[in-house]
Amino acid sequence: MRQFLTYLVLISVVLTLGGCNFGPVKSDAEAEEEMADGRDAEVSQEDEDQRFSGDLGGGARMEELNDPDSPLSTRVIYFDFDSSRITDEQREVIDAHADFLSRNPDVEVVLEGHTDERGTREYNLALGERRAQSVEQLLQVQGVSAEQIEVISFGEERPAAMGHDESAWRLNRRVEILYSGL
Amino acid sequence: MIWMRRIGLFTLLWLLISLPARAVLTIEITQGSDEAMPIAVVPFAWGGEGKAPEQLDQIIGADLHRSGFFRPLDKDDLIARPNTASKVNYADWRALNVNYLVVGRILPRDDGSYTVQFQLLDVNRRQQLAGYSLQTDKSGLRRTAHQISDIIYQEITGKRGAFDTFIAYITVIRDQADKPRYQLAIADSDGHNEQVIYKSRQPMLSPSWSPDGKKLVFVSFARGRSEIYIQNILSGETRRLAEFSGLNSSPTWSPDGEYLAMTLSRDGNPEVYVMHIEDRSLQRITRNGAIDTEPAWLPDSKGLVFTSDRGGSPQLYEVALNGDMRPAGRPARLTFRGSYNARASVSPDGKHVAMVHREGSRFRIAVQNRDSGQFRVLTDSRLDESPSFAPNGSMIIYATEDDYRGILSAVSVDGRAQQQLSLQQGDVREPAWSPLRSE
Repeated sequence: MRQFLTYLVLISVVLTLGGCNFGPVKSDAEAEEEMADGRDAEVSQEDEDQRFSGDLGGGARMEELNDPDSPLSTRVIYFDFDSSRITDEQREVIDAHADFLSRNPDVEVVLEGHTDERGTREYNLALGERRAQSVEQLLQVQGVSAEQIEVISFGEERPAAMGHDESAWRLNRRVEILYSGL
Repeated sequence: MIWMRRIGLFTLLWLLISLPARAVLTIEITQGSDEAMPIAVVPFAWGGEGKAPEQLDQIIGADLHRSGFFRPLDKDDLIARPNTASKVNYADWRALNVNYLVVGRILPRDDGSYTVQFQLLDVNRRQQLAGYSLQTDKSGLRRTAHQISDIIYQEITGKRGAFDTFIAYITVIRDQADKPRYQLAIADSDGHNEQVIYKSRQPMLSPSWSPDGKKLVFVSFARGRSEIYIQNILSGETRRLAEFSGLNSSPTWSPDGEYLAMTLSRDGNPEVYVMHIEDRSLQRITRNGAIDTEPAWLPDSKGLVFTSDRGGSPQLYEVALNGDMRPAGRPARLTFRGSYNARASVSPDGKHVAMVHREGSRFRIAVQNRDSGQFRVLTDSRLDESPSFAPNGSMIIYATEDDYRGILSAVSVDGRAQQQLSLQQGDVREPAWSPLRSE
């Protein structure tokens, strides 16, 4: 009888759990609900490609940023393997962004550091941060306030190009300068 | 008898946690070993009606084959199918050059569960080495097979088996819009019974098991940047443990269960810290302008091996910790071969360190003896990463690729045997082998 009861209990457990194994599966939706502070809400949007876009209203500042003849239109800085060194040419681009940000202290940038697929994931996370920080330092030296800059590293997790050779890797070793608050 | 009762308890727990197999990972043994021990695993006789509920002999044979120590006889070459020792004609098996023989049977019980009886026989000595009677429910049959494999492995090699364990890993599958979907999953050590425990549209990495095997710590970008989460596997409860400014990455659970080593860049650049899990107090371990990351614990929780590029290129360093988790001296460099050695995994006996080693443009898994410094490259693909030792130290599971698709592979520590685990679609990466199960 006892065995039978045990069996019944087990069956009901099976029915209750259905196809769900090993406890409930967690998802970001739940994680977001748990976030009382609501910080970074815009970053958790469904479509990752729209995270920092859509806010660029009209006006002279936007025209200045998007002028194809201006160094400001260059928003990606590329790097050598396992390096965060910035070339003189890239420095001119960063200087232009520094000038723009100094003149517009209400404008903010996210510096997103990335690496290629080679090497270990966690080391690449650190390397992506170091790349973003090397851009950050140049901006700050030129007078951009620390409050205007946020550094985020994605390591090798968000490649810009999907290939597996140098032609893709060189596009993936990068810092993206993403404007917001315009 | 206590053993029997434990199995019964197990069974209940197991039924709760292992429902229908999704069997997403497929295993392929890509390299066997010439020195492997010939063994015959006879199909277990089924004492009930219809078909046997599970082909235990195949699960056991595959386990033993994967270890690299055994070469199970082909089913077609079995000359007889005895189901107990008393029906074995040893001379026949000896003629086939089989050293060991496994026979057994599955008997149905009135309550719907099963009794599995098996015997491990030494063909040359004509004697029984082990014999057990295990009770289980249908859903626990695969686990019973892994437990039998562990018993056989231990009887013959003298070392503990690690077949009755789990692996955790991250899968990435692109949806119809070509957007990546990330999942943290666990599966039996042979890739069966995949169970997804966390889903995200944002990257996840670095799962690490608690020493009791009940929790996982991992890195998630769910809120747009790297943060560290702990999840209780049975309850599904998740909590965020580290959300400092900058990186929160590379969490690894201390073997004593009290601490997490992790990488934080809250003070400006990536440094290794140890966090006391209970009160979340932090102890900073490294102080260096270089990248310090990827901490791995020594088995006594009294030291860490980590990656640092303080010498100009990423290399492994070791630092001893005293009782209150302060560094007990300066980190000492461990690796000197080549320009890239990173992401250490320390063997459970503390004797070996596995790592990612760059050779030319390729990244391979290598293993170094911590005392002698003896160094060996174990793999030969283009991009091998994330090595993780089996809890008995016999194998290393790691991430690699097949035709640019992320798969898992496991290699024996001596490099003799190799196997691959791949998803039917998408990538699988960041494997972490669970501790031995203590129940």
